[in-house]
Amino acid sequence: MEGTAVLERVTWRVAKVVAVHDETATARTLALTVRDWPGQIAGQHVDVRLTAPDGYSAVRSYSIASAPNSDGRIEITVERLPNGEVSPYLTKELMVGDDLELRGPIGGWFVWRRDQTEPVQLVAGGSGIVPLMAMIRSRASAGSFAPFRLLYSVREPGAVFYRDELQALSDQNNSVIVTYAYTRATPKDSPRPPGRIDAALIATGTWPSNLAPTSYVCGPTSFVERATDLLIAAGQDRERIRTERFGATGERK
Amino acid sequence: MSASMNYLDGNAAAGELSKVFAVDITSAEGQCANCGAKKRFAEAHLYMQCPGLIARCPLCGHVLLRCSNIRGRVFLDLRGMTYLSVESAPQEASN
Repeated sequence: MEGTAVLERVTWRVAKVVAVHDETATARTLALTVRDWPGQIAGQHVDVRLTAPDGYSAVRSYSIASAPNSDGRIEITVERLPNGEVSPYLTKELMVGDDLELRGPIGGWFVWRRDQTEPVQLVAGGSGIVPLMAMIRSRASAGSFAPFRLLYSVREPGAVFYRDELQALSDQNNSVIVTYAYTRATPKDSPRPPGRIDAALIATGTWPSNLAPTSYVCGPTSFVERATDLLIAAGQDRERIRTERFGATGERK
Repeated sequence: MSASMNYLDGNAAAGELSKVFAVDITSAEGQCANCGAKKRFAEAHLYMQCPGLIARCPLCGHVLLRCSNIRGRVFLDLRGMTYLSVESAPQEASN
């Protein structure tokens, strides 16, 4: 079923906004229904195209946050960038009932398939959590027992996406083990001062290399390079690390 | 942040390249014509600050692919790769 998605030729489709939900002060989740949506695999993204009355158009990529389902509904979570061309519109102007042009699903490499059983290490930098959340949700909805860990690097507690859902999932027999790494400000009870991820955090927040996990690293380019180097230094097999980079600003494209 | 971090990766080019390729390009394997590295296209470093797209080898920096839209046509320059391989029966449905 999942595999059929890739056979479809990728074309622009019209999506309708059916719900909006603020994740943080600057990020909003948009739920969309898409006619004839072929279904997606966790980790895939869509391109969104906005066209101005004068014909000028802008295309941006956004990861799908929701688990694959059969009802033609997907969710994307968009971080608003102060000088962004597209994200302010998507997070402030767009209303339930509005239409949006969308192309996808896109990408067959940075994906987690429900028949994968090996341990999975997810490493997110900021809004890089979005496609990894789709994998976590896909694992839950499929009833998979694949061991999952998430290392989530985020500026401050208020910038965490999907906090309650991640908490609920990690409370369920530790079904997904979540480690937060705060870079600017920490909660009061945090054992670690704010800072970038380092070897110590990789040692305590990721699977040991002898479990041969498949790792998915997503975030801004500098974060992805740093996290990947640290995973390799910790003994992880480079061939089992898959990466997806956002621009320095966090807005892809 | 240094200018050398000013790239994305092959994942971000897949939507644009779907105008040309009928199969998923991110999981295609390409060989760099300069250093011989064999990598998935998703792993290429992608530069979008120019008209069109430029994908470079993540190991040696050689230009693998250039893609631009000019007057309603897509121009694709693939001479930076010795080959590009894709599954011949891509992702057949399992049910």
